[in-house]
Amino acid sequence: MAKINSLAELQKKRDELQAAAAKTKNEKVIVNVSLATCGIASGGKEVMEAMKQEAAALGINNVEFTMSGCMTYCFAEPTVEITLPGKEPVVFGYIKGDKAKELVSKYIKSGELVDGVIPASYERIVF
Amino acid sequence: MVDKNQLRIATRNTGFIDPESVESYIAVGGYQALGKCLAEMKPADVIDLMKNSGLRGRGGAGFPTGVKWGFAAKYASDTKYVVCNADEGDPGAFMDRAVLEGDPHNVLEAMAIGGYAIGGNKGTIYIRAEYPLAIARLKLAIQQAKDMGLLGDNIMGTDFSFDIELKYGAGAFVCGEETALIASMEGNRGEPYTKPPFPAEAGYWDKPTIVNNVETLANIPAIIMKGADWFSGIGTETSKGTKVFCICGKINNVGLIEVPMGTSLKTVIYDVGGGIPGGKEFKAVQTGGPSGGALTYKDLDAPIDYENLVARQSMMGSGGMIVMDEDDCMVSVAKFFLDFTMDETCGKCTPCRIGSKRLYELLDKITIGQGTEADLDKLRSLSDNIKDTALCGLGQTMPNPVLSTMRVFEDEYRAHVIDKKCPAGVCADLLEFTVVDEKCVGCTLCARVCPVNCISGKPKEVHVIDQAACIKCGACLDKCKFDAIIKQ
Ligand SMILES: Cc1cc2nc3c(=O)[nH]c(=O)nc-3n(C[C@H](O)[C@H](O)[C@H](O)COP(=O)(O)O)c2cc1C
Ligand code: SF4
Ligand code: SF4
Ligand code: SF4
Ligand code: FES
Repeated sequence: MAKINSLAELQKKRDELQAAAAKTKNEKVIVNVSLATCGIASGGKEVMEAMKQEAAALGINNVEFTMSGCMTYCFAEPTVEITLPGKEPVVFGYIKGDKAKELVSKYIKSGELVDGVIPASYERIVF
Repeated sequence: MVDKNQLRIATRNTGFIDPESVESYIAVGGYQALGKCLAEMKPADVIDLMKNSGLRGRGGAGFPTGVKWGFAAKYASDTKYVVCNADEGDPGAFMDRAVLEGDPHNVLEAMAIGGYAIGGNKGTIYIRAEYPLAIARLKLAIQQAKDMGLLGDNIMGTDFSFDIELKYGAGAFVCGEETALIASMEGNRGEPYTKPPFPAEAGYWDKPTIVNNVETLANIPAIIMKGADWFSGIGTETSKGTKVFCICGKINNVGLIEVPMGTSLKTVIYDVGGGIPGGKEFKAVQTGGPSGGALTYKDLDAPIDYENLVARQSMMGSGGMIVMDEDDCMVSVAKFFLDFTMDETCGKCTPCRIGSKRLYELLDKITIGQGTEADLDKLRSLSDNIKDTALCGLGQTMPNPVLSTMRVFEDEYRAHVIDKKCPAGVCADLLEFTVVDEKCVGCTLCARVCPVNCISGKPKEVHVIDQAACIKCGACLDKCKFDAIIKQ
């Protein structure tokens, strides 16, 4: 990996990464699975696998899978955040059993909401 | 729950970025704060900024971070250390783990900023071995940051170098105390020693050392980027910024929350936490884990900050919040925490080693119905003595669960010792299961489930429980379809 040799280079790198992320967000569905100890313990990895398989089975190939740390909703683990192209992210909780597939066949495929949406009740600092 | 009661500063990236990708961190402005410090600020400016922000330690004691850094900067030394305290071990607390697993670079960046500010080049993260995923992600993050020149030698092309290593703790609660932590890192028994000298003067290997908590550090890049005024504009007079809590127990939305200092307990329990399950009454919440105390239904309007909690014989602690409802017995709760501290005392000083045992025994005696009114006075005086004489924070705060529950729930204690009753119906030895004659239809169900066959009665006649033989298992109560059995 290329070294960063100044603050200016770091800022440039950030801008490039942000532009790339914005492009992905416009073109692709982003599925972010909460995979901290909590999420993994409650089956998050299986959820990610099931969603990948379902997407492949349905021939949906514009999905980018990513993982993150704890989404803070212990009461609703496993949790998954889905961002449809050009839309606001939506967090779904309680993804047990066939729920993972349903997220793909309903929300990702046709934008149809399924149960378990967790409203964001926070303001987040960005800079 | 759509109104925004939470403000996420320390956890701003947790759950949003990929913790295993440094690019993911850079894309949200990662390492900009470190770059800004190195390029545009002198170490003294960084310390002033931290002082002006009003940030106080989130590991428990609430010491102003900028002041601590200022002390360490003052002492001349060839080597100085920045230590991240990731020993989080109080029951019900997991916020530091969440930050480390979700946003490890944030903590690394803050440590490097600390190093620059105090004139140190070495960082150590003391993390419990029970956090394997956090350890793996930290190791990966350190490697990635070094590969990109964001840690290690000549960071971002400057002449500032900073390296970070990990040290593993074996899981002793006392090792979270900063002097015990330093002893443990040096390979000695994890026992606290007397201060002064404070670590800022002579800490790790007797060098000037700043010990900071994970959450404290997680705030720092945001403060550098957004400024001291922004941060000090959030919170109360004495407590700035936000606090992360792990809210668990009898609460609907068990989870991790971050709220501005000064948020009322009511907002935390009912709005953010979603209230108490099963329509039960809120009774109390234990903050500060075993070192803290119970805030009760009487404190619902109290703004949560360092001073307000201490005034109620509790403390901020690291951020565990264990919620209790009407079915919880406060004497048993105090006993639970004393059981923990009794196990975790390091044994170096007498008030804590023996005092914890004696406090536990008194509480145990009360919960089995053998307590007397004199025992309540003993609990108080022993608690006061331990607070005044123990060497470290573990012992000094150990009586808090007792004192804070006695403050509001004295009646409950008295019911145990005078009436020999447990009002919450928890202490088995003080319970009696009885049949209400008017309600019993003589269906015989209870007699058939009783594991010790102590219920007698003919079919269609009122049944009777033999109190001497009853083991208080509650099976009959659960089975009776006519609410004819009561527990009191
Ligand atoms: C018994 C005991 C346990 C402690 N455990 C922790 C801990 O797990 N994590 C932590 O950051 N601080 C812990 N502390 C507080 C530390 O001693 C120290 O105050 C803190 O790490 C300083 O960092 P801060 O100023 O950023 O809060 C503990 C203190 C005591 C007395
Ligand atoms: S107060 Fe307790 S934990 Fe602290 S030094 Fe004394 S015996 Fe050890
Ligand atoms: S189960 Fe209830 S109603 Fe039936 S015999 Fe026992 S106490 Fe009476
Ligand atoms: S509480 Fe248990 S032991 Fe006592 S009478 Fe009921 S079933 Fe029997
Ligand atoms: S700790 Fe991550 S969801 Fe509970």
